[in-house]
Amino acid sequence: MAEAPQQQQEVKEEEEEEEQQQEVKEEEEEQQQEMEQQEKEQQEKEQQEEENQEEEQQEEEQQEEEQPDSSEGSEEAKESVPMPKARPLLSMRSMSIVDPEDKSPNMIVYRKIEDIVTRIQDETEGVPIRTVKSFMTKIPSVVTGADIVQWMMKNLAIEDPAEAMHIGSLIAAQGYFFPISDHVLSLKDDGTFYRFQAPYFWPSNCWEPENTDYAIYLCKRTMQNKTRLELADYEAENLARLQRAFARKWEFIYMQAEAQVKIDRKKDKTERKILDSQERAFWDVHRPVPGCVNTTEMDIRKCRRMKNPHRVKKSVYGLAEEGTQAQSPIHTPSHLGRKGTKEDVEKEISFLNLQLDRHCMKMSKVADSLMTYTEQYMEYDPFVTATEPSNPWSSDDPSFWDVEASKEPSQQRVRKWGFSLQEALKDHAGQELFLKFLESEFSSENLRFWLAVQDMKRRPQQEVAQRAQEIWTEFLAEGAPSSINLDSHSYERTSHNLKDPGRYSYVDAQDHIYKLMKSDSYARFLRSNLYQDLLMARKKPETEQGRRTSLEKFTRSVGKSLTGKRLTGLMQSS
Amino acid sequence: MDEMDQLRKEADSIKDQITAARKAGQDTSLQEAVAGITVVGRVQLKTRKTLRGHLAKIYAMHWGTDTTLCVSASQDGKLIVWDSISTNKVNAIPLKSSWVMTCAYAPSGNLVACGGLDNMCSIYNLKGKDGNVKVMRELAAHTGYLSCCRFLSDSEIITSSGDCTCVLWDIETGTQKTVFAGHQGDCMSLAVSPDFKFFISGACDFTAKLWDIREDACRQTFSGHESDINAIGFFPNGNAVITGSDDATCKLYDLRADQELITYQDSSIMCGVTSLAPSLSGRLILAGHDDFNVNIWDTLKAERVGVLAGHDNRVSCIGVSTDGMACCTGSWDSFLKIWN
Repeated sequence: MAEAPQQQQEVKEEEEEEEQQQEVKEEEEEQQQEMEQQEKEQQEKEQQEEENQEEEQQEEEQQEEEQPDSSEGSEEAKESVPMPKARPLLSMRSMSIVDPEDKSPNMIVYRKIEDIVTRIQDETEGVPIRTVKSFMTKIPSVVTGADIVQWMMKNLAIEDPAEAMHIGSLIAAQGYFFPISDHVLSLKDDGTFYRFQAPYFWPSNCWEPENTDYAIYLCKRTMQNKTRLELADYEAENLARLQRAFARKWEFIYMQAEAQVKIDRKKDKTERKILDSQERAFWDVHRPVPGCVNTTEMDIRKCRRMKNPHRVKKSVYGLAEEGTQAQSPIHTPSHLGRKGTKEDVEKEISFLNLQLDRHCMKMSKVADSLMTYTEQYMEYDPFVTATEPSNPWSSDDPSFWDVEASKEPSQQRVRKWGFSLQEALKDHAGQELFLKFLESEFSSENLRFWLAVQDMKRRPQQEVAQRAQEIWTEFLAEGAPSSINLDSHSYERTSHNLKDPGRYSYVDAQDHIYKLMKSDSYARFLRSNLYQDLLMARKKPETEQGRRTSLEKFTRSVGKSLTGKRLTGLMQSS
Repeated sequence: MDEMDQLRKEADSIKDQITAARKAGQDTSLQEAVAGITVVGRVQLKTRKTLRGHLAKIYAMHWGTDTTLCVSASQDGKLIVWDSISTNKVNAIPLKSSWVMTCAYAPSGNLVACGGLDNMCSIYNLKGKDGNVKVMRELAAHTGYLSCCRFLSDSEIITSSGDCTCVLWDIETGTQKTVFAGHQGDCMSLAVSPDFKFFISGACDFTAKLWDIREDACRQTFSGHESDINAIGFFPNGNAVITGSDDATCKLYDLRADQELITYQDSSIMCGVTSLAPSLSGRLILAGHDDFNVNIWDTLKAERVGVLAGHDNRVSCIGVSTDGMACCTGSWDSFLKIWN
């Protein structure tokens, strides 16, 4: 007795399954019909194009016959008849399916690509898409790579063919057009045939096809006896892996594949060729050949912010979703930024008022400042001016750094110290020289104070309070050994800050002292003998070089005897 | 009218006044002002070294100060310190979380930091006593991914996060000293001014903000981009800011003029900017893109003067060494390349 209800149950289940399958089939058929319609329209367009082209050709021939002397008057004719300009990218009504409000990173690029791809397929302004006769068959709806590159150079105002190739490769990699005989989605500037992808498969539809669909696809390819549908090695491996992964529902997948094959068989032969290749290109994007870049990968920081997680399309073959609508784990509804509260707007208003009141520099001054700076530093910029000695990375010769590290800075480097006080202090050698100069003027306490505060700012938090106290004692307290000259206002502020000493307690004082050094001591430093001597690379008698010079003079004066000459020669070469 | 609407209207009217005031300051445009100077000659940099070792996408790199050492972070869960001249790996630090998005080298050379989807900034001591590199601190408080971090010194570090804030930390105590809030979208990148007094942040609200580190205040906001700002940097003299965005353009904003000076764009550049770095003099801007290339711009003339094509996947990070001698690019193809 127990068996009967179970059997009934089983029968019910089977019936339900059949119903489901029937529904699924109907859905699929609908989708297929849609695609077929699109394909029909495309074909009709192509036929129209062909006829148009033939007409045009005939017209041209006629014109040539009528104007045998056109070559003589042609130059004049050219001047008087302006050529129709190529329509700029923006004025065309965008055929992109991307929501114009969608500012997410990938969509922006898809929109640009779709604009191009729509134009390139345009009947009148696009590339010639034709059916090519080959051996025993016809290859429908193709265009050569060279045609694409040429069109792009002409219509996108690109002068460099390498750049056209770069953009073309980008578009191919996203699968918007594809080589009909290769899984690798790249563009070649030759006679290789390419076909355009159907909008249904465009990446901007937010495709995230599941492995079950991929399994169905690979499975149905094995069921059809066509060489062009044979699986590549990596696809066979993928199929084997999927069979293991989906072992329990393989029967279901197999049946789906069979259903697909049935549907495909009903289609027109030419349509099938086109659709099959488009389907394959789709999978080449989403399951790329090993070693090829997967263009569907997204920056994890961005994909968490996808606007419409429910827009994501997952099923190519209209499979009923198992269980609940499985949302992509990376598409979590993000916090779409903080929503403005009343407080936010009030804060914004006070901020804006500050902006309004701020005094801004005029553009001309700003531009001047930028030009001056870059001009000054360009000779020090290794990417603009070749370095002397050579750049260690190119020559594998580290002598450039050896010179930098040596005690004797180059003239070029010394000159840089004259650009600004900041520049002089940045370089340790410059800092040393400036300090030496200040010591000669008995005003080194300013720089020492400034350096001490810089050091204190970098100390660990627990040392800061002590350092602050030490600096006060050394430089600011009454009777301090290195008393600095601070204005009363900064003095007040600083002593107040020190009640709760922190890293920034001396910032006001530091700024004041810096300005003092800049306007006073620094200017004198640049004029000083100490700096000028180094800048002009003047040789001083007390130095080693000076001694050598006097020895040379002595050697020369000894006489023009052979020995003397040899000695001189030796001296000169050392 | 509802109070919010009134407030918004007031804000908009002040914005209009500001726009008008800025326009009044435009006694010339940068393009006009530089009309007299010639474009920098074509810049052709070659790959001098390729740093191999990572096994997955590289998301970030940062040069050490005054050195040939640099650090890189990859989703293979490793932080590698390279001697770029010899291409040797000085340190290979295994990370707890492999979803790392940023890394930084302290100016002293003693510490490196990294972070990512773990919402934390981990500080590693390279000069530990026994020679092992260990985690020194884990700075945790952000409620979103860590997008960028930069050291002020061995004691302080600034981080930017997907929770729309930037934070100044005291490394010793591991606490937040200041929270810089104001952005209305994920903060993607930050850069510290040459004098260490300010920093700038770029965010997914399409704006860049200048912050006073000491005063905990946003001093200026710059808008104009049409999509997320992914990369940001200071012009070498600290008076201007360069931004790179998903709208495939870079922009130069001047701090003293408080407005945009110029946009670097080309109709044949379709993919977003992921990273950027100015050359030593600031005359060149190198920008890494999603389309695997680096574009080199003449900063003043806004013309493209070079392209670096050598990576097989997105260029995710770029940096110019302190002495300006070399540029390093990191990519999703798992390699770093040194160019000059």
